[in-house]
Amino acid sequence: MNRRNSVFVLSCLAFGYAFLYIPIMSMVVFSFNASKLVTVWDTANSPTLKWFYALLCDDEILGAAWISLKIALINATGSVILGVLAGYGLARFPKFRGRASLNAMTTAPLVMPEVITGLSLLLLFVALEQETGWPAGRGVGTMIMSHMTFSMAYVTVVLRSRLATFDLSLEEAAMDLGARPVKVFFLITLPIILPAILSGWLLAFTLSWDYLVISSFTSGPGSSTLPMVIYSKVRLGVSPEVNALATLTIGAVTIIVVGVSLWMARANRLAQAP
Amino acid sequence: MKRLRARFSGRGLVVALPYLWLLLFFVAPFVIVLKISFSEVDLAIPPYKPLFSWYAEHALAIRLNFNNYAFLFTDKLYADAFLNSVKVALVSTILCLLIGYPMAYGMARARPRTRNVLLLLVVLPFWTSQLLRVYAWIGLLKANGVVNNVLIRLGVIHNPLALLYTPFAMYVGIVYSYLPFVILPLYANIEKMDWQLIEAAEDLGCRPWQAFYKITLPLSRNGILAGSMLVFIPAVCEFVIPTLLGGPNSLMIGRILWDEFFSNRAWPVASAVAILMLLLLVPFMMWYQSIQARETAGPSG
Repeated sequence: MNRRNSVFVLSCLAFGYAFLYIPIMSMVVFSFNASKLVTVWDTANSPTLKWFYALLCDDEILGAAWISLKIALINATGSVILGVLAGYGLARFPKFRGRASLNAMTTAPLVMPEVITGLSLLLLFVALEQETGWPAGRGVGTMIMSHMTFSMAYVTVVLRSRLATFDLSLEEAAMDLGARPVKVFFLITLPIILPAILSGWLLAFTLSWDYLVISSFTSGPGSSTLPMVIYSKVRLGVSPEVNALATLTIGAVTIIVVGVSLWMARANRLAQAP
Repeated sequence: MKRLRARFSGRGLVVALPYLWLLLFFVAPFVIVLKISFSEVDLAIPPYKPLFSWYAEHALAIRLNFNNYAFLFTDKLYADAFLNSVKVALVSTILCLLIGYPMAYGMARARPRTRNVLLLLVVLPFWTSQLLRVYAWIGLLKANGVVNNVLIRLGVIHNPLALLYTPFAMYVGIVYSYLPFVILPLYANIEKMDWQLIEAAEDLGCRPWQAFYKITLPLSRNGILAGSMLVFIPAVCEFVIPTLLGGPNSLMIGRILWDEFFSNRAWPVASAVAILMLLLLVPFMMWYQSIQARETAGPSG
């Protein structure tokens, strides 16, 4: 079963992980470099935290980060609500009108290129405003709606696959004992799928925090998100502040992802224990 | 009556909200893009009104204007960009498979404990901002970047190579960004494989390479296809990587759409480009969906 990997496979693994991690590591290392050239190491003054300090004083980046945070929080919560409903419907109701189209609509956004969706959503908002007056102008609101449309599809996938491996007899037992479906959902189903909901929420948050193309199309004046500001900064080359920001992002992602995986592994062990 | 109420209060309500949401924000936009792709380009009008001036004029007449499409087919730039995007996406997909397959294979055959760590290490970059990971390559590839500095220090080259803003940089960026997307479905697929089949083949005198070619590779077909689609489809329309790493002259259709839209303000042309991209990609998307349906139906059914 667990046979040893050949030298060829092992060297492929080593190469692959080096390829994945050297760029990330180099970004982190050079965020402590004092030189404005970023990749030319200034031995005299490095390592330094001055770019982290500069980042904290950069109102443009901080403002954009605040907008991104607001959007990501609302988006993640909204996507989880829509995604749980859609995932529950698809996993539990074997037949209903529109099942096939709901299935297609929740999987298509996963592979839909961002330039197409960004363009089409903007044209929708413009047309809606023209016809009905809503949404008045574009900004945080239109970005949240756009992000939710795509991240809810990811949440649906996560929830659906969790519900597919769910022990139905638990729900059936509760129903046999007279609990109504809504009560069964909140007392039995919800606590069991909570880890999946949490990972769906985190996934939706991260996706929204990263959306650049969709946001660029659907944002309005004065509502630039963090990726939009980073993009305009790095279009012309490297920027030490962006390196500092990358180090903070990688640190946060590592802590959260490792923490959640450990927690989930523990939850799984507890769930499997007799 | 009772049954009717049950239908509307229970199941209907659960799926109605996501259903209507997707209808409004996912399906309706494409109808509008299609409509605008048939409208006239008007360069004189201000940025926000252009779409509907034609609509008011021809409110009762349905007048389809195929000029935008004709324009795309006659101007060589668009055809070249389309072909180049498909080529870039195809080459990137193959490179991703060549790097990702042995990795997924090695991960699936590692000990469970190591396997979890290896999996986590693939997932981590996936959670980190794609924009920042593409940015990392600017620092590596620029004239006084890490790669050139190392090569000069080692004495391999004397003058820095022009790496950034080349097709090479663009390929590296695309392969780097999408590698996790090909490893994860492949890993999920190979991990489920019955290794006894390989053992049986080897017992019967098959060489390891033969066993791989005859058993492992065909069995992981769905993983290969799913991973390829996850790279190919977004790579065709990639905008960020060609702009940041490929330089201002990289001829990719995603960039053309962006420029038509934001720089030229030619919304109908941009819409026509989007519709053509969709026509090109929809077969691949449906293919992906059918693979996914097969994969999810497999173990549970």
